[in-house]
Amino acid sequence: MMVVVNGDPRTLLRSSSAAEMLAELGLDPRAVVVELNRTIIRRATLAETPIAEGDVVEIVHFVGGG
Amino acid sequence: MLSIAGYTFRSRLMVGTGKYRSNEEMVAAIEASGAEVVTVAVRRVSLDREDAGGILHHLPPSRFTLLSNTAGCYSADEAIRYARLAREAGFNDLVKLEVIGDRETLLPDTAGLLEATQVLAKEGFKVLAYTNDDLITALRLEDAGAVAVMPLASPIGSGLGLLNPYFIRTIKSRLSVPIIVDAGVGTASDACLVMEQGVDGILMNTALAEARDPVRMATAMKLAVEAGRDAYLAGRMPRREVAVPSSPEQGMLG
Repeated sequence: MMVVVNGDPRTLLRSSSAAEMLAELGLDPRAVVVELNRTIIRRATLAETPIAEGDVVEIVHFVGGG
Repeated sequence: MLSIAGYTFRSRLMVGTGKYRSNEEMVAAIEASGAEVVTVAVRRVSLDREDAGGILHHLPPSRFTLLSNTAGCYSADEAIRYARLAREAGFNDLVKLEVIGDRETLLPDTAGLLEATQVLAKEGFKVLAYTNDDLITALRLEDAGAVAVMPLASPIGSGLGLLNPYFIRTIKSRLSVPIIVDAGVGTASDACLVMEQGVDGILMNTALAEARDPVRMATAMKLAVEAGRDAYLAGRMPRREVAVPSSPEQGMLG
C-alpha cells in the first residue's frame, strides 16, 4: 500500500491501522503525534484508525526551538 | 511568583531549546538559568534517522513546563494546525503563538496573530502571543483571549537588545495579563534593562545558545533578570541634568 508520509511516498507492507503504521516505521506512539489527511488522530484511537491507499500522513514530534 | 493562566513559576526567565551545539550543553544551560518554562517546536519526525525520539528525552515534562511554539508558521491556519498537533502530544494547553509576516525580519503578521488567538482561545488553549511592541495589537490580543502577551525587545535572533523601552513600559502599564518580553535580548545588561521596565518575565534562546559559554551566560541571565526585577521593585532615583553631591557640604575645612 502506497501512502505519503511526511511529504514522501512510502510503501507500507504490513499496516492496516495507524498504530501498525507507527510500528512498521519504528516509531514510539508515545513520542509522536499523527495527522491523517489533515485530521489529528488521538493517541487512544491509533489502533482503530484504518490507513488506506493514497492517505497523506504527517508524523510530528517536539524538537528544539525558541 | 509569576502566574500565567493558573500556572505559577518562581523564575521569571523562560528559555528556548533551539540552536545549542549539543543536547548536553542545552540541558546544562537550562539548569543554570533556573528556568521552569522551556519552549519547543513541532516538526516532522525524520524517518531515516535513529533519533526519532525528539527532544523530550532530554527535557522531562515532570521537571519543566513545556511551551510549544508555532515558529515558522506564516498564516493563522498554519499556526492553529501546529498548536493542535502540539496539544495532542498531551502535556498541557499552553501555546506560544507565532504568526510570522516577513522572512527577513521575522516580524509578526498581527492580523493573522489576532485571528489565530481568537480561534485557539475558544478551543481552550492558553495562548501566549508573540507580537511586536505595538500597544494597540497588544490590547487586541488581550481582548482576543491571550493569557499573556509577548512583545519583542528586538527581532528574533538579532541580539540587538531592547530597542524601545517606552513602548514596552506602555504595554505593561495598559494590559492586565502578564507581559513576557520575547526575542532580541543579547546579553545580561539587555535582560536587566528589560526587567527594569516592570515586565513580568523574559523568554530568550539565542542569547544562551550562541554564547561562547552558554552555561555561564545562563547564570548571568538568571542574575540579570533577578537584578532587573529587584531594581524595578526598589524604584530608581530620579534622573537629573545636574550633579548633586553625595557628601555633606557643611564641615569643610576653612
